[in-house]
Amino acid sequence: MEQPIISIQEATKVYGGGFLASSKPFVALDRFSLDIFESQSKIVTIAGESGSGKTTLANMVLGFTLPTSGKILYKGQDVATMTREQRRTYRKEVQAIFQDPYEVYNPFYRVAHIFNMVVRHFNLTRNKQEAQQLIEDALNVVGLRGDEILEKYPHQLSGGQRQRIMVARAYMLRPRLIVADEPVSAVDASLRAMILDIMLKLRDQHKISFLYITHDLSTAYQISDKMYVLFQGTTVERGNASKIIEKPQHPYVQELIDSIPVPDPKLKWDTNITLPSEEVMRMKSSVGCRFYPRCAKHMDVCTKSFPEYVKVEDDHEVACYLYK
Amino acid sequence: MAVVATNSNPKIASRRVSIWDSPWLNSKFVTGGVIIVLVLLFGLLGPLFWNTDLAFTASSPVNLPPVWDTGGDPAHPLGTESNGRDMLAQLVVAIPSSLKVGLVAASIGMAVGILLGSIAGYVGGWPDHIIRTITDSVITIPSLMVLIAITAYVKMTDTTAMALVLALFAWPGPTRLIRSQVLTLRERGFVRMALLSNVPALEIMLTEMVPNMLPWLAASLTGGISGAILGATGLEALGLGPTRVPSLGTIINNALRSSALVRGMVWWWLPPIIVLIVIFTAFFLMTIGLDEIANPRLRGYGNGK
Amino acid sequence: MASDQKVLELNDLNVHYFTPRGAVIAVNHVNLYVKKGEIVGLVGESGCGKTTVAMSTLQMVSAPGRIVGGEIKIEGQNIVNLPEKELRKLRWSKLALIPQGAMNSLNPVTKIKEQMADGITAHEKISGAALRDKVLKLLNDVGLPERVYNMFPHELSGGMKQRVCIAMAVALNPAVIIADEPTSALDVIVQRVVAQTLLDVKNRLGVSMIMIGHDMGLLAQMVDRVAVMYAGNLVEVGPVGSIFEHPYHPYTQLLIDAIPSTKQKKPLKVTEGLTHDLRNPPPGCCFQFRCPFVRDACRQKPPEFKQMEPDHFVACVQYN
Repeated sequence: MEQPIISIQEATKVYGGGFLASSKPFVALDRFSLDIFESQSKIVTIAGESGSGKTTLANMVLGFTLPTSGKILYKGQDVATMTREQRRTYRKEVQAIFQDPYEVYNPFYRVAHIFNMVVRHFNLTRNKQEAQQLIEDALNVVGLRGDEILEKYPHQLSGGQRQRIMVARAYMLRPRLIVADEPVSAVDASLRAMILDIMLKLRDQHKISFLYITHDLSTAYQISDKMYVLFQGTTVERGNASKIIEKPQHPYVQELIDSIPVPDPKLKWDTNITLPSEEVMRMKSSVGCRFYPRCAKHMDVCTKSFPEYVKVEDDHEVACYLYK
Repeated sequence: MAVVATNSNPKIASRRVSIWDSPWLNSKFVTGGVIIVLVLLFGLLGPLFWNTDLAFTASSPVNLPPVWDTGGDPAHPLGTESNGRDMLAQLVVAIPSSLKVGLVAASIGMAVGILLGSIAGYVGGWPDHIIRTITDSVITIPSLMVLIAITAYVKMTDTTAMALVLALFAWPGPTRLIRSQVLTLRERGFVRMALLSNVPALEIMLTEMVPNMLPWLAASLTGGISGAILGATGLEALGLGPTRVPSLGTIINNALRSSALVRGMVWWWLPPIIVLIVIFTAFFLMTIGLDEIANPRLRGYGNGK
Repeated sequence: MASDQKVLELNDLNVHYFTPRGAVIAVNHVNLYVKKGEIVGLVGESGCGKTTVAMSTLQMVSAPGRIVGGEIKIEGQNIVNLPEKELRKLRWSKLALIPQGAMNSLNPVTKIKEQMADGITAHEKISGAALRDKVLKLLNDVGLPERVYNMFPHELSGGMKQRVCIAMAVALNPAVIIADEPTSALDVIVQRVVAQTLLDVKNRLGVSMIMIGHDMGLLAQMVDRVAVMYAGNLVEVGPVGSIFEHPYHPYTQLLIDAIPSTKQKKPLKVTEGLTHDLRNPPPGCCFQFRCPFVRDACRQKPPEFKQMEPDHFVACVQYN
């Protein structure tokens, strides 16, 4: 069987709560598992609201934080215990684009710096001409030209340009996986399509997989193949993205999808939803279903242990006791 | 509000930010810098126009008032003191020596601070714990008391020794500052991008972090210099400094010992104090100017820079 | 619902930011009115001047920005160049603001009751039990429980803090509330609750609102009329139904096309082009660099507003 490029195995991240710690431990991510294979390039969405653990997951896959338990394997090698040489190939093959396309630029340098850094530290080319060509090619993929932007400072570019440059930078390394952490939430609506379109192009033409981390289910629906919906660190529903959005099974996912404003003035919200009190909202159970306090359909069994994943249809699983 | 700085006209689009837009052209920073340069020029160019030998004992008549006072002598425009030293010559010699003490002490403190602060902030873990504990302990020590004890025991011979002693207490401030800066910068997007680009830690420190800390470093340096000058002057005024070379503190010490205040010899004790006030004000202006450069939110309305 | 009485009118408003490299034309000849009891949505991308419109309406443009022309009328009274003392009385009592990220502007060390009471007593002579009752009623109006009265901001969730800000905005019964992205940075479920609260408050108090946003989907749910801004210019204004059914301006079409849907998959519509430098606008239409239908006439002179449907105006050369 093919070895996955990234294999996340029961990854759990707990903050605080150590020896002598004053605060109670907080489980940011609970036993998350996912394999991404090189041979089948896919856009995998990790969807969740704030506090769902999606950014923790992104940071773990990129090696910025280590899991408290469980493993992140890059081609079978644990990310936590890599040699310098292994880390280099891992960095080359697993790249990232981030939410704020301004923050990722050092205001001190021109745009070219971001490319030169990559060329130099991965020894991508033998000479300057080759490097120039490589940068130019990468920029062309995202629809930019080097002479337009390389000598500029980041604040002289538009948000869309800045984000496209980051995609070009990642693409230059020919990675197998790009972790895209909210890549379009700080970009204007009219430019959002452009970034998403580039992601699709990289997937289809260059066989690059994406881990698309987002709170926005509608863009996920438009571009992604697989989807994991997180709630307070746990995966509540997973499988084919279209199936989840079209037929959400978990009460939380249903509420989430129902709350997305419909862009049609004729279909206004007819019901009012109410949220439980802030104490309930903050209640964090560490066993059982995390959505229990807010769930309209909760049952006693929900607090006992975390529900098993139930297959509701092909490639669509839900963790909820309503389904058996 | 973000303004998209692009245009159909390529000439305008490629126009660089004009140097007059530079945040370093902060009015407070520039004013302070100009004053310091003027004070420094007074000390550096003074020897070309005035005989600095007059700064030594018994080189001139004693107790002459300044030239605008009755009995003043144009040969000694700022007057002379009771030991027969010319005031103008003393100031010319004292100003660079005091500034040098400040600069050397603050630079050593800054260098140590950059080293320790970076290690603590970037490496974290137990090195951070150790560095933080020592830094916090040293900060709580009343430095002037310890300095008095040290300088009373070790006789100061020249200004460099003085600067080294002062440097003992000049590093905790910068260390703390740099540690906190490194901690925040470490989470910034561009540092993460450098990590993803396989840039080694030392290079990330030097090329990604340090440039973004420059205003803070400069502010800390100017603050450190005036702090060290204050410390040096305090010790000298107490008679604990090097006695052979005149410095601003030594002049004050001599004036105090000769009861210049009671004898109404204003021209003896006032000039070094005025010079100190000017120096401190200038460094203070530079420090707050640099603060505004580093922290755009402090830039006031209508200032625009 | 909405009557014909115009509570707020912006007539030919011009706001420039004076930078060292020339004046940034942030708001260019904007005409807009708000009728009693209606919500007008002001939409556009970041940097298009929508927040500047809001801040200048309150005469709170920050330097180096300045209103260089036009008038702002509240219930018929022009407030441009009114002395600061008069303005301070008007703000909040006539014109309330829910600023961007309002929930983060609450003072973390004072209780909700004190923050709300402070604001009210600065404008009204009220104290003791009457004040307490008023604050409690306001909290109730925005659907918050009585307990919140005695709580500190950090004890509340983002959505609740935002609702406290709404309560404070309606405290003095203003004629118009300007809400700048009132639901941005909130999770989608919480966003819906806050949106409901705003609608509820509007319906019960009959207050008028300008709601600034970039999410056309949310505006479709909430507002009565939509005003679309691009690069400091108003390009289309009309009733929300009419705008969504027949967007006339290419930019409005683009905005509506760009709303991602969870109902149907549609091909991504990619547009090229960049906004011009606001210091140096081109002659003619402001959208010419990005417009798919641009033609020579667009580069000659700015298009005039033309009424296409009842109350629905568009500024585009195609219809001139």
